[in-house]
Amino acid sequence: MARITAGVTTSHVPAIGAAIDNGKTAEPYWAPVFAGYDFSKRWFADHMPDVVLLVYNDHASAFSLDIVPTFAIGCADRFQPADEGWGPRPVPVVEGHPELAAHIAQSVIQQDFDLTIINRMDVDHGLTIPLSLMFGQPAAWPVKVIPIAVNVVLYPPPSGRRCFALGQALRRAVESFDADLNVQVWGTGGMSHQLQGLRAGLINQPWDQQWLDRLISDPEELSLVPHLEYVREAGSEGIELVMWLVMRGALDPRVRVVHRFYHVPASNTAVGHVILENDR
Amino acid sequence: MSLDKPYLDIPGTTIFDADQARKGYHLNQFCMSLMKAENRERFRANERAYLEEWPMSEAQRQAVLARDWSRMIELGGNVYFLAKLFSTDGKSFQYVAALMTGMSQAEYAKMMLEGGRRPEGNRYVGEKR
Repeated sequence: MARITAGVTTSHVPAIGAAIDNGKTAEPYWAPVFAGYDFSKRWFADHMPDVVLLVYNDHASAFSLDIVPTFAIGCADRFQPADEGWGPRPVPVVEGHPELAAHIAQSVIQQDFDLTIINRMDVDHGLTIPLSLMFGQPAAWPVKVIPIAVNVVLYPPPSGRRCFALGQALRRAVESFDADLNVQVWGTGGMSHQLQGLRAGLINQPWDQQWLDRLISDPEELSLVPHLEYVREAGSEGIELVMWLVMRGALDPRVRVVHRFYHVPASNTAVGHVILENDR
Repeated sequence: MSLDKPYLDIPGTTIFDADQARKGYHLNQFCMSLMKAENRERFRANERAYLEEWPMSEAQRQAVLARDWSRMIELGGNVYFLAKLFSTDGKSFQYVAALMTGMSQAEYAKMMLEGGRRPEGNRYVGEKR
């Protein structure tokens, strides 16, 4: 039986990708950001999953305004890095897991989540930067990836409650897959940031920290926080954090914190990163 | 009955909701066209002519030509779409964010290094710092 063994979350700031791709990770500005991922790289040496369900948002790369799916699952066998306006990131092609993805789609839709099925798409920095942060710059990614794309660009995104419940549905889907696979769920994006308007640059460290506390210990209650609070307290783009609740819904109510990291700033954004394991 | 938009009292913030997306459809689709290298070349060669190919408003075209990012947001642009335009220009999110706040990029970067813009006074119109 396939099983979900851990959850990982991280911000996916484009400038982090640029720092990696241009060899700037040791510069004084960036070193404290990447130091937060040293532990994670070591942890993965002993906890490498077969498949990652990678919850992220497309940033107007695969999805134009022609079609905006609220929840979508990538069922292809491979996904090319997107050209976001400066050429594709120099990272490996992302290998999918079509059999598990198709199984998840069928299971989760029957659990009342109307996923959009995507058989061809490019994946942008939202998906590839988390891979770079955990695995560095390998010739090929060490895991298969099933992209789970959540709309957080066109307001309103799905509610925190809905994201948390999607995580629970993903878990049931994975656990009914008849192959011995080690699966992790990653939630990406956030933390507080705003990229537009006179309020650009908003960062709310106390709010981010209490949000992390609650993500770990009281996620059901946290999932009830309305969109308005995210926008007001954590910035118009801070609302990406609802995607972390998908990860959390896929884990047990009680989890063990393996790693927790928080740093301001990476460009315009507060960087958060946690690794959680089921506490049993 | 009109939709409830409780976010309208957040200062200095335009929420990219369905109404904004409707207004900005062609502007944003134009931006996405710049994901192809050959389109970037054609755009650079003659911006005005390229923009004429898109059925956007003249105000939107003028905002693009002037690289008036705040105006583009006001007219329905979304920053992730506009990113294709400023990436074509070789500019970063931080460069554009600084411009939209009216700060120099150096001032803005310094503010971020000092922990970013504080929420106090920025949550709703009239909030005291």
